[in-house]
This record gives sequence, C-alpha cells and structure tokens, in this order.
Amino acid sequence: MRNKIYLIALIVIAVPVLARAQANSCVDCHLKLDGELKAPAVNYAQDAHALFGLQCQDCHGGNPAAADEDKAKDKTFKGAPKRAQIPEFCGRCHADAGYMRTANAKLRIDQLDQYWTSKHGQQLKKGDAKAAVCTDCHGNHNIQSAKFPKSSTFPWNVAATCGRCHGDAEYMKPYKIPTNQPAEWKDSVHAKALLDKKDMSAPTCNDCHGNHGAYPPEVKSVASVCRQCHPSTGDLFNKSAHKKAFDDMGASECEACHGNHKILQPSNAMLGTQNPSVCIQCHEKGSAGFQAAEELKGLLDAFDARTEAADSVLSAAEKKGVEVSEPQFRLRDMATIDILAKNLVHGLNVTDIRKKLEEAGPTLAEVEKAGTAALGEAKYRRRGLILATVLLALFGVALFMKIRTLKKPE
Amino acid sequence: MNKLGQNVWTYLNDRFKLQGPIEFFKHKTVPEHKHSFWYYFGGIALFLTALQIATGIMLLLYYTPSIDAAHESIQFIMSSVKFGWLIRSVHSWSANILVGILFIHMFSTFFLKSYRKPRELTWISGFFLFVLFLAFGFSGYLLPWNELSYFATRVGTDIAGSLPLVGGWLKGVILGGSGISQATLSRFFWFHVALLPLAAVAIIAVHIWLVQVLGMSRPVGMKDVKLREEPFFWNFIAKDALGWTTILVLIGVLCVFLPWEIGKKADAFAATPMGIKPEWYFTFMFTTLKLIPSHILGIEGEKLAIMAFMAGGLFWMLAPFLDRRAAQDKKSPIFTWIGVIIAVYIVILTVMTYTVKTL
Repeated sequence: MRNKIYLIALIVIAVPVLARAQANSCVDCHLKLDGELKAPAVNYAQDAHALFGLQCQDCHGGNPAAADEDKAKDKTFKGAPKRAQIPEFCGRCHADAGYMRTANAKLRIDQLDQYWTSKHGQQLKKGDAKAAVCTDCHGNHNIQSAKFPKSSTFPWNVAATCGRCHGDAEYMKPYKIPTNQPAEWKDSVHAKALLDKKDMSAPTCNDCHGNHGAYPPEVKSVASVCRQCHPSTGDLFNKSAHKKAFDDMGASECEACHGNHKILQPSNAMLGTQNPSVCIQCHEKGSAGFQAAEELKGLLDAFDARTEAADSVLSAAEKKGVEVSEPQFRLRDMATIDILAKNLVHGLNVTDIRKKLEEAGPTLAEVEKAGTAALGEAKYRRRGLILATVLLALFGVALFMKIRTLKKPE
Repeated sequence: MNKLGQNVWTYLNDRFKLQGPIEFFKHKTVPEHKHSFWYYFGGIALFLTALQIATGIMLLLYYTPSIDAAHESIQFIMSSVKFGWLIRSVHSWSANILVGILFIHMFSTFFLKSYRKPRELTWISGFFLFVLFLAFGFSGYLLPWNELSYFATRVGTDIAGSLPLVGGWLKGVILGGSGISQATLSRFFWFHVALLPLAAVAIIAVHIWLVQVLGMSRPVGMKDVKLREEPFFWNFIAKDALGWTTILVLIGVLCVFLPWEIGKKADAFAATPMGIKPEWYFTFMFTTLKLIPSHILGIEGEKLAIMAFMAGGLFWMLAPFLDRRAAQDKKSPIFTWIGVIIAVYIVILTVMTYTVKTL
C-alpha cells in the first residue's frame, strides 16, 4: 500500500516537471504574434532542421524553458541575424566539419566558401543588401531538403526560385542584366525534358551556373559547362576546324550556334544555307564552309525524309489493320542513328556523317520492304473480303431461292 | 442411291442404328407464328460456338501460355502466321458476337416464357451455358497478356475477392496466388481450353437433346391453336443457314477493317491505366459497383451489389419454377416486366460505361 502511495506521489510530481521541461516558450509566445513573427512557430515543425532534432535555441540562443520573456532571452540569446550576417550565421554549423560530421555527414561543408566566391557573395561583401543570401533560396523556418520535390531547391523548382529575383525587371534594374532568362529557359529543350518528361538529368539554372558558388559563365568557360553533359560533342568540336576558328574569333563555342538559356531542340534547319541556318552567320556564299553546310543539310534531310516516308507507309498499313509493330520498333533505331549523325556534325567530317547514315541503310531498306508488304497485305485482305462476300452472297441468294422452292408449311 | 452407296448405308445403319434418328428428323417440324424469328438465335449461337472451337484449335498451334511469351506469340500470330490475323480476329469478334447473341437468345426465351413446363431443364442448361460462355470470355481476355486485359482481370478478381465468406478463398483459387502471375495465366489457359470446353460441350449436348426431343416451345396461349408447322429439315435449317451466312459476312468485314488489337504487353509494375474496363458484357455489373454508395444500411455497398447480382442470377435460373402462371399456360405480366426492367438496366448501365466520362 505504501509503495502505491509513493508511486502516485512520484507521478503527481514528475508529470508537471517533465511537462515544464518539454515546454518551449519561443513557440508559445510566437504563436500569439502575427505575420512574420508568427510564421517561424507555425512552420518550423516541417523544417529539415527540426527533423534532425534542432530547436530554436540551437540557432537563435536563449532559454525556451523559461516562461518569462526576459529570462527566455538570456545572455545566450542572439535573436534574428541581420541580412548581411545570414551566410555566416548558417555557416556556423554548415561550414563546421566537426559539427556536420555528427549532425548530417552527407552534407557538403563548402557552401559558405563557395558562397563568398559567388556573384551573390561578392555583391553582399560590397554592401549590396539585395544580393541573395541563404534564406532567399532555401527559405528560413520552412527549409526543405533539395531532394524533397516541394523544396524550392528541388530541380523542378530551381528556375522559379532563381526567377523570383532574376525574372523581376524592377528588382534587377540596378544590375543592368537581362531578366528574360527564366522565361527563355522554360522554352528550352532542357526545360521540356525536366518539366514535361521529368528527366532529372536535364539541366536547370544551377547545373550550369553552380548553386552556392553561382557565377555567370564567361565566354571561355561556356563550352566547358556544356561539356559536363555533352562530352562527345565537345570532343568532336575540339577536333574540328571550328575549334581554332572560334578561339581566334573569341566566340563562345556551343552558345554561338545554340544560344544559352533558350536552347531549342536541334534541327536540320540549323544547318544549310537558308535562314534560320546558323552556318551563314559566318560562312559567306561560295566559301567552302558554305558548300559544306549545304551538303550536311542535304545528307540529314535526305535521311529524315526516307525515315519519315517509311514511317508514314507503316502508319498507313497500321491504320488499315495490318500488324506492323515489329518494323515500327526497328524504325526507332533510326532515331538513334539520326542523333548520332547530328552529333557528328560538330566534327564537320562529312565522310563520318555519311558513313553513320549509311549504317541505317540495311535496316531502313528492310523496314521499307516490310511497309510495302504490309500495304500489299492490306490490299490483299480487302480483295479477299470482297471475294468472300461475293461468294457468301451468292450462297445466300442460292439458299434464299431454295427456301422459296421448299414445300410451304401446312 | 447406287449399289456402293446402298452397301455403305446398310453397313453403317446396322451398326449405328441411324434409321431411327433420321426418321425423327424427317418428321420434326417447327411451329410458325409471329415470334418464330427468335427461334433462329439458338442456331446462330451454335454456329458461332463451332466457329470458336475451330479457330481456337488453330490458335493453339502458335499460342504460348507463358507470361514471357504469350504477348509475343499473339504478335507472331497477327504478323507472321499465314492468315493468323484472320483466325485470331474471327475468334475474338465471334466470341463477342456470340455473347451478344446469347443475351438475345436468353431474353427472347424469357419473354416468350419458353422455359415453362416441360422445358425447365432446357432453360437451366441454357442458363449454365450462358454462365460458361461468360467464363470463357473472362478467361480468354487475359490470354494475350496485354495491359488492358491484365488490369481488367485484376479488377475482376478483386470483385470476386470481395464476396462475403468465400471471397478470399475464391480469389486465391482463380489467381493461383495472391496476385496475377504465371500461375494465373496457366490456370486461365487451362480453364479456357480444357475445363470450360469440356463442360460446354457436355451441357450443349444436353441442351440440344432437350430442344430436339421436346421441340420448339409455342408462345403462351397458343398451345391448342392450330399453327402452320414447317419441316425442320430443310426449311428451318435453310433459313438458319441464311442467318449464319449473314453473320459470317459481318465477321469478315469486322476482321478486315478492325482486326482484333494486340495491345501493349502487360507490365505488373506499371500504374493502372485510366478508364480500365472489363469486357463489355461485364460492364453493367462493373458500373453498378462503381455507382453504388459505399455503405447501405450499414452493409458494404459493393458486397451488397454482388449479393444482389447472385440473387438475381438465382432468380433468373429458377424462373420456370417461380412463374406459376406461365406454367399454367397463362400470361405472366409480372415476369415480363421483371425481364424488361433487367434488360433496360443492363443496356443503360452498359451504355453509361462507355459514354459517361466521370465514371
């Protein structure tokens, strides 16, 4: 009996003590406030830091166990950092190798160093308070991992995050740089791959410009940026006559023909001697380059025309009910050859391109043969149907005549 | 008949006693009246069944009942086997037309009250045949192993699994495991080409025997009316053959202009495609299950609907014993109205399945 009384007394005393220990006066008070002062208390539960067990005092100091505001804001209290202090404020942990090894060993610790090399960091150092700091891209009390699809730094959302400033003409006015990059990128082949096809390997802003060390690539480095994903194209270009010519002109290799943010799906129209060919930007009529441009376009156009013709024959046969999935599947290989041949254009070796396109010859011939045979089969079926219907109709008529001659029921 | 023919006939007749049946058919007649038209659907159903058996046997030459090869074998049949496209398309189209004809045959029999004494067993054997042919359709649908059939089978077996008490067990038996797998394809194939054909042939034999020995039923009230009788051979058979010829032309046109599609190979890991539906003849039940509220009087709606369909099926099968007025050769408007309501319900729900996009 006595033991039970002790146990009850222990519970009666321990529960309020434990409850007190769990209380967070920061949250309690901020929940009573409005607007941006209330937001941290509302949002923080979803924050990536909260998931790692960090609490208000771990960044802002103070004593959340104290109910009294003055006691809560004790001498350790740091409050909210000023905008210019934010990189170092975050960097206290994120640039501390020892701390991050225990807190989240998977994260890099060079973000702060990179930041100070970035254009944003350099502007901030110059005293430009408008320059982006950590919270502009990551948020503050609702920070999400970049792997989380709703995060502002998840690949699908990066362009919108950067575009908040870089797409705002008024905000960017003092810097005298264009603000159409986010909109242009949205029209690009890269955006279509990332946003429409959900191809996570397609680049968004930070893949070319970097993220924490974001800096506009200069003419000499643009080609290196593109080569991160298009190495074989870069190798072909390096071996081509264009390499020296571009270097001599100080032209920016890839960007000179493909543009930068609005990089469209390359097409044969980019070659040749008629607008919108990019070749005629440099090659004058009558020059060897001009003739080569015409020849390249002719080769690729002829291949595409043959492939499209084979495809339309197969489609026509398919519409007529003939099974052509196998030749259609084989025709898909032509797309691969087409891409490889177009890539070879960067090497400017017409013989190589011709050879690559000729590789498709036997398959294309078989597909064409299958297509023609399928159309023939469709005709054969229709003729067969007409013949069968005529025979059955004759049989039906004969049957009908016979029925009429049969003895009438009594 | 020449001497050789006479000798052959005598030889066969001595052994098979053919004279009796031939005399029977020679004298067999069919009553002629304003509803005689409906008699022909039984013959058309039989003709289509023969077509099913013939084309099915031919398909067996090339079809491979394996989840790795089933779809490819159908593709091979459709593209590389001489007249493979025709055989498969005839099999699939005639199967669907057959189910449609069975609906007409069954409802016309119901409305003419042809099930009444002494034809109760003809009706019950016909009912079992109808169920068997639906099972043929369900099992055959999965065999091409395409996306549509795979997911529709999943929906179908899930419905079977939600049956009270026996659902879990039944689903396991149908699937041969917890999900659609090689075991499912193997047993669907076994059902389709072995068990169901055996059962169907046996019941068809009983059904035809009963139809022949009992003769065609006269509509209610015409029992003692003097009607014209036409000989079964050749008058009736010749008219029936005219129907078969028409159906054959229709099937030919469908096969040439709309060969039965192969579809995309089933992928167990793919998401269920939007708007997945079973074969058309199951859609009235499928849509009912979609439309029914989740709970009615505290009972799960889906289970209640399945129980209602089962009870409906039982009522339908036992109609000859329940329709006492028809048994006395009197008109039974209540049963006529029940039949009308069921037919209208089936038609409306089937049409809704294909026209209401929000379903």
